[in-house]
Amino acid sequence: MRHLKSVNQKAQRIQSTLENDVVALQQGGAPAGPHVPLGCSFVFSPGWEVDSNGGTAGLCQPVERDLFDCYLTCFWPAHVPDLYNHAPDWTAKCASAQKDWRKIDLIFP
Amino acid sequence: MNLIRRGEYHAFAGGDARFLYLVPSAAVIRIDDVTQAILDALETGDRSPGDLTASLGDRWTPEDVRSSIDELLGLRAVYPVVAPPPKPIAEKPKRRIPLQTLVLNVTSKCNLSCGYCYEYGEDRIVEQTTKPRFMNEEIARQSVDFMFAESDDSPTVNLTFFGGETLMNFKVLKSALAYAKERASALGKEVNSSLTTNATLLREEVIDWIVENDVGVTVSIDGAREQQDKHRTFSNGMGSYDIIVPHIKQLLARHRRRPVGARVTLTGQNLDVVSIYKHLFEEIGFWEVGFAPVTTSWQREYSIQDDGFQTLLSGFQTLAADFLQSALAGRRHGFSNVRDTLEELHKGMSKAYPCGAGLGLMGVATDGDVALCHRFAGSNSHKLGTVFDGVDHSRQDDFLTKHHIANKTDCSTCWARPLCAGGCYHEAHTRYGSTVEPNLHYCDWIRSWTNTCLEVYGTLAERAPEFLTQFDR
Repeated sequence: MRHLKSVNQKAQRIQSTLENDVVALQQGGAPAGPHVPLGCSFVFSPGWEVDSNGGTAGLCQPVERDLFDCYLTCFWPAHVPDLYNHAPDWTAKCASAQKDWRKIDLIFP
Repeated sequence: MNLIRRGEYHAFAGGDARFLYLVPSAAVIRIDDVTQAILDALETGDRSPGDLTASLGDRWTPEDVRSSIDELLGLRAVYPVVAPPPKPIAEKPKRRIPLQTLVLNVTSKCNLSCGYCYEYGEDRIVEQTTKPRFMNEEIARQSVDFMFAESDDSPTVNLTFFGGETLMNFKVLKSALAYAKERASALGKEVNSSLTTNATLLREEVIDWIVENDVGVTVSIDGAREQQDKHRTFSNGMGSYDIIVPHIKQLLARHRRRPVGARVTLTGQNLDVVSIYKHLFEEIGFWEVGFAPVTTSWQREYSIQDDGFQTLLSGFQTLAADFLQSALAGRRHGFSNVRDTLEELHKGMSKAYPCGAGLGLMGVATDGDVALCHRFAGSNSHKLGTVFDGVDHSRQDDFLTKHHIANKTDCSTCWARPLCAGGCYHEAHTRYGSTVEPNLHYCDWIRSWTNTCLEVYGTLAERAPEFLTQFDR
């Protein structure tokens, strides 16, 4: 901090938490320590999108990947079944998403 | 328009620098000129960062103004109008606080008859006839067991003896402390002991025991002969000064490992804190001297009235200035009120409760009833359990929820609340008949005194920061 100086212990503690807070890159670079952006909102992952021709053939990932974006990798409760408790076999018949996505069943909890 | 608004803080100066005491975090920060200009501008109303940058543009670059605003936002000295600080919630502590200090009222009997005493005087809350006058050895042992059981994983516990006149039950003190030491070593804990006494019974044998066992001692004494003998008399009216001073001198000469403190009760007739301090610190030789106004309802003849609080404040300010000069010169000063406050300021304590009563501290009555603190020991309406059955945690939780600072609406706009939190429960009970009331009769006094301590703190931070490192522990 340039304008304020933390004088007592509490101010120093608050300041130390600010240093590890989310910062804009324009504010002078990423802070030291682990700073790996995680989750679907941080990575570019084409969703229900189309390619430059209006189709899905030219997407950098298969459109079927959408089915799995929230599955396994993501903490976010979404439109996929809960594989830990209710539907451990949901993808059992789907060895390859591109080929087998039709084999994935609807789940009614 | 993303307007920003002045947050809650108290501005003060010390050692030619300007500071903010942030509320409720209790952070102390030093500010520079551009920050001061931004805060000045916000005093007149909400402003947007763009507006501030433009209006301060003749003196500072936009980059200076912006970065200062960012820092102020980060520490919550200002906040966006659309995102005001959350309202505090009254809830009990997330984790149970282990018992750290147990005060044993080993007797409710006293050999003095001080007119202002809350235990015996007109404002007493415990009807003495219903309880035994002395704690017996068995209950003292049970209390020690209770203390260790409730201390959870705390490595250190503090056992404090109180009265009445504590030393009237010397036999039980001795056996209780011996038992506590035995239990502590079996449990791998440390026990620290202390007592408060009027010094009338500090015989050689007692001093031997105090020295041998490293017992911390606080002596209740009101000043020089004339000041002491005004209220602190025997039942026949004879003053106690001439009896106690030789005892105290002997104790001070022999007990060198633990500081011996004086604790002064101030009344409407005894407010000359400067002369009291000089007598007790310089002439008698106490390590430190602490002052507390008498706890009483306002109509008592000895209570401190409005102009008395003013006299008291100027005396405290004189002693605080004296303390500051000593600290800057590297000399020890014994005014413990300022020292204790400096420690709390340095740590940035922001209290949900005014003190540890009912939290990490409890008091035990002569019959083994456990209450909020020693001042309530024996009062059935402030009972939290017994040493036989432990703490009634639902009662304790109920007490903590009710007494949370968030429930004291009078305190919600006061900048001194992180330190004061409404003040002593016993004082509130005596003045207003309820422990949940904040002590509104000394709000102005508390704010002025806290400001004085902040100025001392700021000056030390600027000119003698090494002095403050003693509080870093």
